[in-house]
Amino acid sequence: MPKSEEAVQMGLLIDYEFCTNCHTCEVACKKELGLKPGEYGIKVLEDGPRRNPDGKWEWNYVPVPTSLCDLCEKRVAEGRKPTCVHHCQSGIMYYGPVEELAKKMTGKPNMVLYSK
Amino acid sequence: MSDEFNKELYKTDARWQEGEYTVTRTSVWTAPGCHNGCGVLLYSKNGKLEKVEGDPNASFNRGRLCLRCINMIEQVYNKDRLKWPMKRIGEKGENKWQRITWDEAYDIIENKYNEIKDNHGVESIATLVGTGRNSMWQPAVITRAIFGSPNLSFGFLSGDSCYQPRMTANLIKLGDCVISDCSQTHPLRENNPEWKKPEVIVVWGNNPLVSNGDGFMGHWIVDMMRLGTKLIVIDPALTWLAAKADIWLRIRPGSDAALAMALLNVIINEDLYDHDFVENWTYGFDDLVERVQEYPPDKVADITWIPKEQIIEAARMYAKAKPAAVQWGLAVDMQMAAMEASSAITDLMALTGNIDVPGGNIIQRYAYNRSKKYGSAIEYISEEMLLKRIGTYESPIHESGYTPFIPPDKLLECLETGRPYPVQMLWLQGTNPIANMAGEAPRVYAAMKKVPFCVVVDLFMTPSAVAFADLVLPAAMSVERDSFRAWWTPLRSIAKGAELYEQCKSDEEIVLDLGKRIRPDRFDQYNTITDYLDQLLQEDGGVEYDFNALVERVNDFWDWDYTYLKYEKGLLRKDGQPGFVTPTGMYEFTSPLFDVWGFDMLPHHIEPVEGPYTTPELMREYPFILTTGNRLWGCFHSEHRQMPTMREIHPDPMMDINPDTAQKLGLNEGDWAWLENRRGRCKQKVRFNVGLDAKVVRGEHGWWFPEKEGAEPTLFGVFDSNINNLTTMGVHGPTHYGAPYKSTICKIYKVTAENDQLSPTEIVTRKGGFGYAKK
Ligand code: SF4
Ligand code: SF4
Ligand code: SF4
Repeated sequence: MPKSEEAVQMGLLIDYEFCTNCHTCEVACKKELGLKPGEYGIKVLEDGPRRNPDGKWEWNYVPVPTSLCDLCEKRVAEGRKPTCVHHCQSGIMYYGPVEELAKKMTGKPNMVLYSK
Repeated sequence: MSDEFNKELYKTDARWQEGEYTVTRTSVWTAPGCHNGCGVLLYSKNGKLEKVEGDPNASFNRGRLCLRCINMIEQVYNKDRLKWPMKRIGEKGENKWQRITWDEAYDIIENKYNEIKDNHGVESIATLVGTGRNSMWQPAVITRAIFGSPNLSFGFLSGDSCYQPRMTANLIKLGDCVISDCSQTHPLRENNPEWKKPEVIVVWGNNPLVSNGDGFMGHWIVDMMRLGTKLIVIDPALTWLAAKADIWLRIRPGSDAALAMALLNVIINEDLYDHDFVENWTYGFDDLVERVQEYPPDKVADITWIPKEQIIEAARMYAKAKPAAVQWGLAVDMQMAAMEASSAITDLMALTGNIDVPGGNIIQRYAYNRSKKYGSAIEYISEEMLLKRIGTYESPIHESGYTPFIPPDKLLECLETGRPYPVQMLWLQGTNPIANMAGEAPRVYAAMKKVPFCVVVDLFMTPSAVAFADLVLPAAMSVERDSFRAWWTPLRSIAKGAELYEQCKSDEEIVLDLGKRIRPDRFDQYNTITDYLDQLLQEDGGVEYDFNALVERVNDFWDWDYTYLKYEKGLLRKDGQPGFVTPTGMYEFTSPLFDVWGFDMLPHHIEPVEGPYTTPELMREYPFILTTGNRLWGCFHSEHRQMPTMREIHPDPMMDINPDTAQKLGLNEGDWAWLENRRGRCKQKVRFNVGLDAKVVRGEHGWWFPEKEGAEPTLFGVFDSNINNLTTMGVHGPTHYGAPYKSTICKIYKVTAENDQLSPTEIVTRKGGFGYAKK
């Protein structure tokens, strides 16, 4: 990586409005990092289901990268996307410089940005 | 998933070298795995598969994969995988085997075949298959072209209740099958200028995100939601899609036909239907108008337990959306009124003018007509031999050839009674009936034990193999096979990306080996699998290229499949005239064929055989409606239970129950509970589902425990948590289609040390079953 880019902080942006809890990111990450059962580089957490006062259902899944996440250093060096981003079944994970990702979330509700 | 990816790394070639890796770009379609055929990149080193990635250039999945194919290495090199052919040396059920060579295995089969042919007739060989994966034409060819038997059946799937009712209803009403159009039929996907986004998708009787049924990738629904598509979800349980839907219709299991009739009622009576389509392209509309008057929303509200207002609202929303699609699934098939519900739902698509329009329900045929699936090799069966099909002449639709199977319920009776003739040999390929699709599994277990000779072709030593097999043959996995897929579109290569594991053979190789031994007159013309695949690709007006060329192309979209309004363009009928492939040439609201066969010509509701309105007295003892078969993310039916990564996500069989109901029964989340009815019981772990009706519970299917002892009486614990201890065989709708897998009844109580002395598997394998079962 050229020197000027070294300072750029990278991260993961997740549009959790459409996270279905499909477990793809969890398993893809396990395979990439060589993790055993019980170990996670990213873990999907659940909120709900529960009824809101208007009668609508609230049911959210939010994947949380753990301290084991290295933003797929090896893959990224090869020119690939992080494996969770590549394989996410809803296509709602994005990798990039956090500043750019922050711009991407502007105007779109239910997104979370993870910095590394 | 996005269009932006590294185009240098992710090539459109079929094979390339990347450092030490050989990369094969192709698709996978079992074994193991689901109905889909996702595009993959197989990275191998010295013939060994090292990693798998989703192919971003495959427009089917656009780089995405579910957890199962990502976990491919754990599957292919699993320590429990069958490695070589084995013959039984102990008693059936003792799980004692001797390693043999393929030649020895084929000798045994050939000798057995000759003995049966000489002494009993080849019709006494019957084959059992599983659900729609890449093990459909192969067992069909082995059964019909090689053994010469006409008896091919689902592995005791009562009422053929997996897609057969829906497909048959489609075929009878419009001569072709329709699928929901999420742009998947065109290589440009959403960028196809002709395509339109469905304004509304009705997700009916499936949770496609998890099930990926019928070749439909569930997350296409999410793609549509992200474009703004609204959802109506019809499901007894609250799913994530139901929670996100504009309207969730919480239906009483088994009442889908009534709901469809009420939706038709509202759309007709409020004049929300497509007059142009109805006037120009349909037959029998007036009869339908009359019939739906019997299903006003208030009456149907009582039948379905869905508030009347919601039924009306859903009907309006669906009818007013242009276009709108119905994404239907297995729950429609798994009820007494499967054919009737399928017919009425198809009528909804027609009535609203959504058939074969962009973003509606598009007519599909297998790419370039290159797939005969279970119907393969039927041309080898003589008229005289067809007449020997077991049970077929009791079911006019089977007799007419709409379903390429003999009725599984009748095959069970045949095994039990020896009539019309005793079955001498069972060939199981890609099915594990007692763990998975067989209704009333303990009864099926007893019946299958009676068959003198049994061959199982599979990946692992399954409970069915231990219980019944004389011979077990190890099958190759998808990544080790040369094959192709033409189920819907595109035509896809399945190209070998890894060397065969140990002594495994692909289903295709087994076809060719056996064919050359038993029917050299039919099979000596093929030197290699490739020769045979070439013929399948090219015969009867197929593609002009051969298998190797398909491997180079990777996939090929058939323009016919993405052409809209084919009935207007004269693309459906052999005579080239506009219209549908039906006796009247029209879409048939009333089915003259049904009349010929002696069935009601119009759809109607049929109550589940057990339930609050049919057996109220029984409900006092078994107060809950039991629905089953909801899918697991990591396990396809009874598969994947050996994979540590999948079992981390699914350690135990789970039953869902409303938390208030559970509290009344003294059950906490995580407790083990018995689910029991007149036919038997099984135990599963309690999980709360706040959306479930207080009177409905849901249990998982497909559970066995490879980590447990294989030999009987343990038999991998196959009956311990088996929901099919409670389901039925021989109970189905008037057309012989559809069985109430998803609408039986049960009681629920906590598992305690006192009431769990003898395991259900021991009761079935050692005590002759749950004695109080009423036959
Ligand atoms: S970026 Fe890589 S390491 Fe981080 S969570 Fe995703 S897959 Fe795991
Ligand atoms: S892969 Fe995507 S949709 Fe699936 S659980 Fe992870 S973030 Fe959610
Ligand atoms: S198992 Fe998953 S990744 Fe594999 S083909 Fe099926 S849907 Fe695609």
